[in-house]
Amino acid sequence: MSTTTATPAPAGTGPGAAPATPARSFNLNAVLIEGRALIALVIIVAIFAVLSDNYLTTGNLTTITKQVAFNAIVALGMLMVILNGGIDLSVGSTVGLTAAVAGNLFRGLDLPLSQAIMFPPVWVIVILSVAVGMLVGYLNGLLIAKLNLAPFIVTLGMLYVARGLTQVLLNGQNITNELSGQPYLGNTGFFDVFASRPLGLPISAWVMIILAVVFSLLLTRTPFGRWLYATGSNERAAQLSGVPVKRVQTRIYVISGFCAGVVGILQMANISSSTADLGQFYELNAIAAVVIGGAALSGGRGSVRGTIIGAFVIGFLANGLVIVGVSPFWQQVITGAVIILAVAVDQIQQIIQRRRGARRAVVNARAAGTGSQPPASTPA
Amino acid sequence: MSAGSTAVAERPTAEGDGDVVLRAVDIAKTYGVTRALKGVNFEVRRGKVTVLFGENGAGKSTLMKILSGVEQPSAGHLLLDGEPTTLGSTTDAVAKGISIIHQELNLCANLSVRDNIFIGRELRTRLGGIDYGREREITEQLMRRLEEPILASTLVQDLRVGQQQIIEIARALAADTRILIMDEPTSALSASEVEVLFKVIRDLTANGVAIVYISHHLEEAIEIADYAVVFRDGDLVATAEAADIDLSWVVRQMVGREADYDFRDEPREYGDVALSIQDVTVAELDTGRVAVDTLSLEVRQGEIVCLYGLMGAGRTELMEALAGRDPLSGGRVLLDGVDLDGHSIAERIELGLGLVPEDRQRDGLVQMMSVGANLSLPSLLSTVKRLFIGRRAERENVAREISDVRVKTSGPAALITSLSGGNQQKVVIGKMLLTDPKVLLLDEPTRGIDVGAKGEIFSLLFREARRGLAVLYVTSEVGEALTASHRILVMSKGRIVREFDPRTCTRDDVMAASGEHDTTPIAPAGPIAPAGPIAPARQTAPGRSDERADTQTDGAHP
Repeated sequence: MSTTTATPAPAGTGPGAAPATPARSFNLNAVLIEGRALIALVIIVAIFAVLSDNYLTTGNLTTITKQVAFNAIVALGMLMVILNGGIDLSVGSTVGLTAAVAGNLFRGLDLPLSQAIMFPPVWVIVILSVAVGMLVGYLNGLLIAKLNLAPFIVTLGMLYVARGLTQVLLNGQNITNELSGQPYLGNTGFFDVFASRPLGLPISAWVMIILAVVFSLLLTRTPFGRWLYATGSNERAAQLSGVPVKRVQTRIYVISGFCAGVVGILQMANISSSTADLGQFYELNAIAAVVIGGAALSGGRGSVRGTIIGAFVIGFLANGLVIVGVSPFWQQVITGAVIILAVAVDQIQQIIQRRRGARRAVVNARAAGTGSQPPASTPA
Repeated sequence: MSAGSTAVAERPTAEGDGDVVLRAVDIAKTYGVTRALKGVNFEVRRGKVTVLFGENGAGKSTLMKILSGVEQPSAGHLLLDGEPTTLGSTTDAVAKGISIIHQELNLCANLSVRDNIFIGRELRTRLGGIDYGREREITEQLMRRLEEPILASTLVQDLRVGQQQIIEIARALAADTRILIMDEPTSALSASEVEVLFKVIRDLTANGVAIVYISHHLEEAIEIADYAVVFRDGDLVATAEAADIDLSWVVRQMVGREADYDFRDEPREYGDVALSIQDVTVAELDTGRVAVDTLSLEVRQGEIVCLYGLMGAGRTELMEALAGRDPLSGGRVLLDGVDLDGHSIAERIELGLGLVPEDRQRDGLVQMMSVGANLSLPSLLSTVKRLFIGRRAERENVAREISDVRVKTSGPAALITSLSGGNQQKVVIGKMLLTDPKVLLLDEPTRGIDVGAKGEIFSLLFREARRGLAVLYVTSEVGEALTASHRILVMSKGRIVREFDPRTCTRDDVMAASGEHDTTPIAPAGPIAPAGPIAPARQTAPGRSDERADTQTDGAHP
């Protein structure tokens, strides 16, 4: 079952900073910097494996992976938004909202003006629920791109709106959903699909892997990905280069809403119910994963690989703390400290890298025989 | 690092002008193995303007950093009033009377003039609060001394750039500055603002302040100089009194050879009209100010047209409207006969209209990306095959363009920020050339880059023009307009006021038409001189139909 830990590097090409050109030579130093989150992950796993015999068991790893997958999928959407220099605080509420919509659809729609209750087929339920997530994202994107509103404010407002709508839909109650469906209603199959474990992996992990591959290709191989990095780094320059910056901005929020919608469905299947507080704080976990994975909150830097690893760092840490019996209060303290530590280490490494870059430029200049070139990036 | 507590308590005030106040002795600075300064001896004289000339990377800015306490020399020492001294930090330097005004102004736009002048050095009342009354008093004194009628309570964001510069100077004066270092102080100023600045500089020197002045604008710098110092490759290669030198001497010393910076091109048969601008009006969205006023012009295939004008003439607004960032308020723009109305920036690029924007850092480059990614950004879609970027095609395009525009870089993967200003500009031009444009617009393409790179950029433009590219570029340097264009259009107050043939007109003709008068004698500061009726344009280029040379007739030339 050790395959679970190896999943986070699908199609792991394309460093965020210079997507145009793949690195040619192997550079141990670069690997250490790139793989910082991975090293942290290995250390965390090693520590807890020593502390507890129950940690590295198939059962526990499967549990972790399932939990990590939820956060990782939301984080992939968040990565898109953060690459643009934005933030999406509404994803947690969107998860709750889609789960509530899906639950309601499972229990049947009271059609107005008639006595009939409609039970849509499973695939319709899935599509409609995810569409709700995308709609929330589209609204965010529209307000942010067209009206130039601050992403923080718009998505903060949407956080309340979506959570409120969830409670309206659920009437304030936690509703257990009958997910196996009834053959005579024609809505069977959901549970079978979502409870299945192809090759021993939970379905959420598969969704995560597929989305990671797709997003990785999107970021490194398509114009959209390049545009996203460009707008995140310098929107004005990107715009004058013909990049449709507003369209890019709108779409990333739709993508983020899509990811939240997918997680809403998966979570509902996971706990077989729709609850009013489902998805709470998911946005914060997602931001943490993206940041631990090396992304810059100001935009323009970040990768799928880093984000997935970041989600695993959080997941393995949280699970390990529970297993070795750390009190829940201290768990929060430690998790928070790790997030800060990750960002601090990232910053320190960037400073070192910049200095090294300057020194390398000096060496290059000497090799070129000019000797007079100023260092490439002396901090002013 | 020493605390820099050398005794300089008593400031010599009785000394005469021309005495050396600061002397750099064998100053060397190495970064790693690069020798940015190779043992430079340099003097700053009381009441005199010492101008530093040199290309980018010649060592000027390194010396400035050392003189202003930002960096410490690797070898050599500084003598302040003949006493050895160390400048441990900028604060230390300011305390010893040495201030620097950077190219990018260092003001808090949201604070008042008074607050900016005393920022970090607030005067205190006995209770520990800020003594606003005295601060205002001193501010008003300074404003009177600098002859700028600015209220102490005015917010800096409400001032023009030239006035903001005056505030920077006032701040230096408030700190009792004896040596004032000015780095590219005129790069954002209009000609009349430059005049005011030069008057202030003369005023300061008359009061015994020593000025160290750096500028890429050679003519201006020569005009203000008392002493000229030229740097090349980390060495101080020449020192001279300003009276003994001229422009060609400076350029010769800077590049170490005669500059071949003359692109005068014989008139040729140009192609069809590539860009036709008809009665275009652009109003600023925020203020409603009419920046471009029913302006018409045409550029033909293979022709290089220079749009000369002062800051605020509406040049940048016109360029950005043409590129599609801002909407037109009136008129129309035809590219090869196609009306551009309603076309997005991307569609205009697709149709063959590219803009090289004025502000390279803000509008031209994506700083976090590599040289290659920057070059391919506008033309990315042309390489796409089945959703994905054609990586081979992209690599080939990038490699071709790097050699074509001669970008000096370690490779396409190098970060764009690792390049020099001139090479960054070549990337910005190169990325638009990769889109295969029919018309290239360039807004101040040579701002802040050295003479060598300027020459390369112009030869590039002339080469592309011979291949049929229509070029319209904006400049505020007359020398450029005269040597690197087929036709000069002078723009003032949103209109084209005059057209010149660069082979037959003089520098004065062009400057006068723009409303700028010859700045050689320091005229009293006054309102911006209106454009006056000058001798008629000597020649009109063939094929011109809609010249508006006679539109600006109000006002008289002083």
